Amino acid sequence: MAGNVNFEIAKTHLLAKPRQTLIAMLGVTFGIGMYILMISFMQGFNEFLEDTLLSSTPDVRIYNDIKTDFSHSILDEVSDTSKTWNIVHHPKPKDITPNIKNSSRIITDLKNDARVQAVSPQLSTQVFYVNGPVQINGSLNGVDVLQEAQLTGLNEKMKTGRIENLLTIDNGILMGHGLAQKLNVSVGDIVTLASPKGTSMRFRVVGTFQFGIGSLDNIKCYVNLAKVQQLLGKDNQYVTEISIKLKNYDAATEMAAELAKRYDYKADDWKTTNASAMVSILIRNVMTFVVSFTLLVVAGFGIYNIMSMTIQNKLKDIAILKAQGFSSQDIRQIFLTESVTIGVLGALTGLVLGFILSSMVYNLPFPKNDFISITHFPVVFHTKHYLFGLAFGIITTFIAGLMPSVKAGKVDPVAILRG
Amino acid sequence: MSVVLQAKNLNKYFYEPEKFHVLRNVSFEINKGQFVSIVGKSGCGKSTLLYLLSTMDTNYEGEIEINQTLLTGKSQNELAKFRNQHIGFVFQFHFLLPEFTALKNVMIPAEKTGLYSKSECEDRAYEKLKWLDMDKFATKLSSKLSGGQQQRVAIARALVNDPTIIMGDEPTGNLDSANTQIVFDILNDLSHNKGQTIIAVTHDPEFAANTDRIIEMKDGEIVNNTIKHEVAS
Repeated sequence: MAGNVNFEIAKTHLLAKPRQTLIAMLGVTFGIGMYILMISFMQGFNEFLEDTLLSSTPDVRIYNDIKTDFSHSILDEVSDTSKTWNIVHHPKPKDITPNIKNSSRIITDLKNDARVQAVSPQLSTQVFYVNGPVQINGSLNGVDVLQEAQLTGLNEKMKTGRIENLLTIDNGILMGHGLAQKLNVSVGDIVTLASPKGTSMRFRVVGTFQFGIGSLDNIKCYVNLAKVQQLLGKDNQYVTEISIKLKNYDAATEMAAELAKRYDYKADDWKTTNASAMVSILIRNVMTFVVSFTLLVVAGFGIYNIMSMTIQNKLKDIAILKAQGFSSQDIRQIFLTESVTIGVLGALTGLVLGFILSSMVYNLPFPKNDFISITHFPVVFHTKHYLFGLAFGIITTFIAGLMPSVKAGKVDPVAILRG
Repeated sequence: MSVVLQAKNLNKYFYEPEKFHVLRNVSFEINKGQFVSIVGKSGCGKSTLLYLLSTMDTNYEGEIEINQTLLTGKSQNELAKFRNQHIGFVFQFHFLLPEFTALKNVMIPAEKTGLYSKSECEDRAYEKLKWLDMDKFATKLSSKLSGGQQQRVAIARALVNDPTIIMGDEPTGNLDSANTQIVFDILNDLSHNKGQTIIAVTHDPEFAANTDRIIEMKDGEIVNNTIKHEVAS
């Protein structure tokens, strides 16, 4: 019964000054709305980026990490270092081949592993693409194209031509869309490739692909593995990298460590390969939370302000309620109810506002550029973001309302009533 | 003759701006149904005394008993509950809650007791308003009433829980003479015909002269304590 009176008084207070209540509510509404918009958009962008990166990088790649190690010199073998110092000026690293030795055994071994879905041996090298006077440097990947398609979904990224053309046409090349545009070539055209060793070969463009990431589409080409081996003058076992797709990509980190140990080559999981992108995702997440938190804190201060003012204006009412037998707890409950009501209503309308704004952004066309190919802004709609926004809105307003309410509970009626 | 209020050796000090002995060994008793006025010059301690009796000010020495209940030393929550059921207040200003109707203002203390259902509270409140001839304004917002009407609603509010004592701090201090007369007549009627105990602090000698008993104070002490009318029964 007594509780009901408190709620009734709180309700009457809120309804008696609808404009003030609305303004306090709008503060929370905008705070939560912006939080929803930001988190939906940022998270959407992160997920889009993660998907794109995942499809363009293997879960685990095994490669020969060439280190130029100057700490150890061949001189140390013949001259005892315990008695003399060996000083070598301008040391040169010994000539080593960056390939993976015994690659066919490793590939067979991996194919028998239950955790592995696909294995693609690769031979990549820097090349110059030459078309008449135009020379552009880029990277050439020699692959088994059907295996590679399983890893990267290359067949879905084709803009023109089909990946199978690589198998049917001798000296065929699949070219990044951006690169093809720069070279001004299209399917059927001939392009000359020059290797760092000085050799060159002519390829016919049989298809173009687009991953949606400029750094790939503008430099990368695929040809059959044998052709790169031929270009570099190597044998048919010569591969520099083995890409692996796992059945469960979350297991990549442990798997990479295990493979590195087993084969004594460097093995990176997709997180390590995309370290810089992972960092930017982290930074975006932190930014989102910092900005949203700030917005909500500002809304909280708004409520604090309005509640403090309301209580200041209602000192007489508080005093008379206390004289009539309302305890400090009752008074606190009245004003806390008011601010939490503002918080709940503000947060709920904020969720609606956030949803509407996110939907609008979702339908906005994304400005065309060379680096990312998407047509609309990436936005996600996750229930957990909305629940978090609601909880955060209510908690903020509760804390903002708590201090003035406690103060209201402490009002000394005698001081007010005596005038 | 039953005693409803007993004050024993009340002493009270103010510490701001400097220590000041406001009440000095004030003791008295008030019987049921008495209409008592407390008079004295400004600063003599009469309002301070009233607020001690009201249980809102608990910072004093001595003992206060109302209705055979010792109130000294009780917790704030217990005192709030006690005030709710046993003491009605009428102040110089009406102190009605401006957002509520006259009826709701009267109902709130009744609802606060938690003893009655909502419709019972409404009936009680309406009955008190009717008795004060204010029933036709029941649904009006209290801020839309005139000064005399507001004070009558305030009296109805003080009466709604049938309190043991009504305490007034200059209940007519802010009213013109016509309204003063109305309010005095209401209080007088309550006291003589309904046996309601009333204690009122007043500056108005005419008001005081018409009450049953005058407690005159000077410099924190009772200097005159005359009972003019013995209350029958």
